[in-house]
Amino acid sequence: MGGNSSEPLIIDGKRIDGRLLDQLREITIKVGILNNANGSAQIHWGGNNILTAVYGPRECFPKRAANPYHAVVRCRYIMAPFSSLEEHGRTRPNRRSIEISKVLKEAFENVILTEKYPNSVVEIFIEVLEGNGSTRCAGLTAASLALAAAGIPMKDIPFAISFGKIDGEIVLDLKKEEDNYGDADVAMAIKPLTNEIILLQMDGKLTREEILKGFEMAFDSAKIITKKQRDALMSLYENEEIED
Amino acid sequence: MIIEEVKKDTVIDFLKEKKRIDGRSFDEYRPITVEKNVISTAEGSARVRLGKTQVLVGVKVDLGVPFKDRQDEGILSVSAEFLPLASPTFEPGPPSEDSIELARVVDRGIRSSEGIDLKSLYIEEEKVWGIYVDIYILDHDGNLIDAAALASVAALDGLKIPKYIDGEVIRETSTILNFNPKPASFTYSKIGKDIIADASYVEEIARDARLTIAVTDQHVVALQKSGSGSFTKDEVMNLIDNSFKKRMDLLSYI
Repeated sequence: MGGNSSEPLIIDGKRIDGRLLDQLREITIKVGILNNANGSAQIHWGGNNILTAVYGPRECFPKRAANPYHAVVRCRYIMAPFSSLEEHGRTRPNRRSIEISKVLKEAFENVILTEKYPNSVVEIFIEVLEGNGSTRCAGLTAASLALAAAGIPMKDIPFAISFGKIDGEIVLDLKKEEDNYGDADVAMAIKPLTNEIILLQMDGKLTREEILKGFEMAFDSAKIITKKQRDALMSLYENEEIED
Repeated sequence: MIIEEVKKDTVIDFLKEKKRIDGRSFDEYRPITVEKNVISTAEGSARVRLGKTQVLVGVKVDLGVPFKDRQDEGILSVSAEFLPLASPTFEPGPPSEDSIELARVVDRGIRSSEGIDLKSLYIEEEKVWGIYVDIYILDHDGNLIDAAALASVAALDGLKIPKYIDGEVIRETSTILNFNPKPASFTYSKIGKDIIADASYVEEIARDARLTIAVTDQHVVALQKSGSGSFTKDEVMNLIDNSFKKRMDLLSYI
């Protein structure tokens, strides 16, 4: 964000990839793609390709990290060293990924019924294999399904979406160039059943009215994204024989 | 853990009667004092007291190499140390996720306010000034983000930029950094359905969610929600309005 681009990001009301201001990129999600994890999901969202998996509830180690009242939730979000078109990245978590992991974990703590599993841990892994903007949002949207597929009881299946400001306009679902050269970006996660906001981060400059407009676009995107999530989760069970 | 549970219950019991444990109103901040230039070896510094919370910020200005994609801009870097002497809950070791988050939220507020023109820190090809803001938490009684943000803005206000003459950094003569507009950071804590400003440590134990909003006169320049609770859209908008209203009051302490 805040970089300088001589190229316009919006021409005749259309964005660099031809999208309208409030149009989402293509999203495809597959649930149940890993063998060892209790639940897993892979999401392709625009140029993002993100693998998510859930282990647990399982015994919490180290023991001193366990809580006798509820399960501990851990989340690791990280970008693979080959996930960016630019230079080779680092394999280890950096300050950015530590912060993102923290707010993602807190969002998941909101929906998981942690009180059902004292002294245990639910671990959520989000590996960005290819990144193209709004990776934390795509990661949360997929990891929610990995949690559901792992059979973790939840109050809701949240999704996340970004909005921002480019060339003076508020737009939905930022891709990488729009994030890099735009004036602001906001990531938010929503519980669709109650419309509560469980993740909210903003970088850049926006007026009150611009934030309100972005919020409206973000809430409107729920229909499309939650349907993709539901369909992906249902397809996991479609070919399953039902045993007595 | 038992003591924390008891304190938490007390905070919640008070809120049921629309009261806070220390008698403050819901949007009231604790007493604030700001002392500037408290570190003689730094180019800028400030110590903020927010109730019993104390934060020290020291800023050094050094020669740096610009980032590849920002050749004509200086460097702004914000780090935070949760000193083990500040709280029984802080441990020595690598930065915790809380300290990383705090530094990054303070950084975003300052950077996005565009109050510091990073281009003014350009010296010559491959040479720029780097501004290194180090936040030291000295005493933890809650709302570290607002205390740290205020201390950082105070330390950067009047920051001395050394001279660079014939390949040497001259610190004895300096120019003053221009910093305008300044961001103000407001952190709100949600406990049950109630939202309070400037939570103390005991109130933080009881809280479900936190929202930090940094504003300049016209713009929201940072948002960060944290904690396992949630906010509604209307709550966020109301808190944004409240933050705009309170900005000048908070900045008047600098």
